[in-house]
Amino acid sequence: MIRFENVGKDFKKHRVLDGVSLEVALGERIALIGSNGAGKTTLIRCLLGEYTHQGTVTIAGHSPRDERTRVLGKVGFVPQLPPPLKMPVGQLVKFAAAVCRSDAECIRAVARRLGLAVDEILARPFNRLSGGMKQKLLIAIALGRDTQLLVLDEPAANLDPEARHIFFGLLAERLDNTTMIISSHRLDEVASLVNRVVEMDTGRIVLDDRVAEESKLSALFEVHLTLSRADAAIAKTLGTWQFVDRRDGVEWHGSVSGPDRLRFLGMVSRYVGLLSRIEMQEVDSRVVLQ
Amino acid sequence: MKALLLTARLDIVESLRARWFLIYSLVFGGIVALLFAFGLTESRVLGFIGLSRLLVTYIQLTMAILPVFVLITTVRSVAGDREAGVFEYLLSLPVSLAAWFWGKILGRYVTIFLPVFAAMLAAVLWSLFKSIDVPWAMFFYYTGLLASMAWCFLGIGMLISTLARGTDVAQGAAFMVWLSMLLFLDLILLGVMIQGRVVPEVAVGIALLNPLQVFRTAALAMFDPQLIVLGPSAYVILDLFGNGGYRLYALLYPLAIGSLCALLGYLTFRRSDLP
Repeated sequence: MIRFENVGKDFKKHRVLDGVSLEVALGERIALIGSNGAGKTTLIRCLLGEYTHQGTVTIAGHSPRDERTRVLGKVGFVPQLPPPLKMPVGQLVKFAAAVCRSDAECIRAVARRLGLAVDEILARPFNRLSGGMKQKLLIAIALGRDTQLLVLDEPAANLDPEARHIFFGLLAERLDNTTMIISSHRLDEVASLVNRVVEMDTGRIVLDDRVAEESKLSALFEVHLTLSRADAAIAKTLGTWQFVDRRDGVEWHGSVSGPDRLRFLGMVSRYVGLLSRIEMQEVDSRVVLQ
Repeated sequence: MKALLLTARLDIVESLRARWFLIYSLVFGGIVALLFAFGLTESRVLGFIGLSRLLVTYIQLTMAILPVFVLITTVRSVAGDREAGVFEYLLSLPVSLAAWFWGKILGRYVTIFLPVFAAMLAAVLWSLFKSIDVPWAMFFYYTGLLASMAWCFLGIGMLISTLARGTDVAQGAAFMVWLSMLLFLDLILLGVMIQGRVVPEVAVGIALLNPLQVFRTAALAMFDPQLIVLGPSAYVILDLFGNGGYRLYALLYPLAIGSLCALLGYLTFRRSDLP
């Protein structure tokens, strides 16, 4: 599906990619991790045909630079930082649908599933939307068409827990026929989404490993937490996860998406001194979300 | 072709919401409004009266403002979009580089030419309404001149935007280009001629290569066919081109400069990093 062969990139005298070789098969979901300056963004831009480089990059045997329209028509991309576009949302959706030869209604449908009512914000400039709304719209543009490769740069960073769960569900629907490259600074943010981890450092691949898949992307867990005492800090954090206070700030209840478990437990570990009981149980997500 | 038109439309929509476009439109609309307010159509100067007097003044003012406006806003928005990640996202969509680049130029051309033309057209419509004589030949030629001037500086602006990576560098380069052309209008040309360092033909040759001077002379030629105000240089120009020939040259030469710069910009854009 994707082949990087000895890909190198220099910015003036600074070597940003240093002979990267990597093969990715159809259906693989890769976490591309590494610190700032590791070369993740540069590698993604080479993959999207946006940077000139040494070596070769091909997607399904075609060069994304030389055969842009053919290759990028099958690639969905969600950037980490939304572009500061002034155009109205409706114009952006129309443009994306037209150049991708897809249906604007499909994009709107995905956005609706993520909780974004596009029809109500069609005339609103894109740069005036909230961070979460921008992210949902960009995800909808990437997923609202027939893609074989999804390139996602910290895609769920600005989403609320419910939208994250729906987003993971949307990805789960495409597992069999879509390759995914998910870039992140931290593995715990994306570990449960992927089945392969590629770590970069100073322009080289320093780790390429498989991840055991134990849980479905669409899995949902009901969580009960009991604290030894009420605490304002954890109450505020649990509020952002849309947890409900069941007894004086001591008993908390909520649901966590399967791929978000590690992230949730990482958050809870900060308050481990307050924790007296935690219970997680996988449930039927269709029932809970209704 | 469809992608080109879509990109052009996208750029127009984006520009219409930009602050520069508002200021740009206000400046040219304001100039015409002020010229009417100051009663320029009723005044008589050097034999010019009515709308011809207004058009002559308008074209002179436009020639001073439009090039720097087009250069700075083009390089600012193109280089700024690249820095802000707009290119990274929009060029991840399946648009060919040719459709993107030429669509962007087309969209931008519409947004920079229309306000200038609309202001002039508004002046003509107002004159018709007020029963003031409209010098149609002058109006059409000046429209052509403005179209040519806008294309010329848009092409130069796009070339600078593709060569300079950062907004600051692009803006500085655009300003230097404009300043150089401005200085070669009179100051440096006159200076070197007075000092006798170059033969007059060379100085006139430089003037004929400078798009700003070409516009200026062509605008003068509309109401001063013998180019008396230019002095002895007029002989060289009129001997070389004739009055009609020079007016045609003033339309075609800047178009060629703009097209050449745009083409060089496109070839550079195709071979370089996009975001």
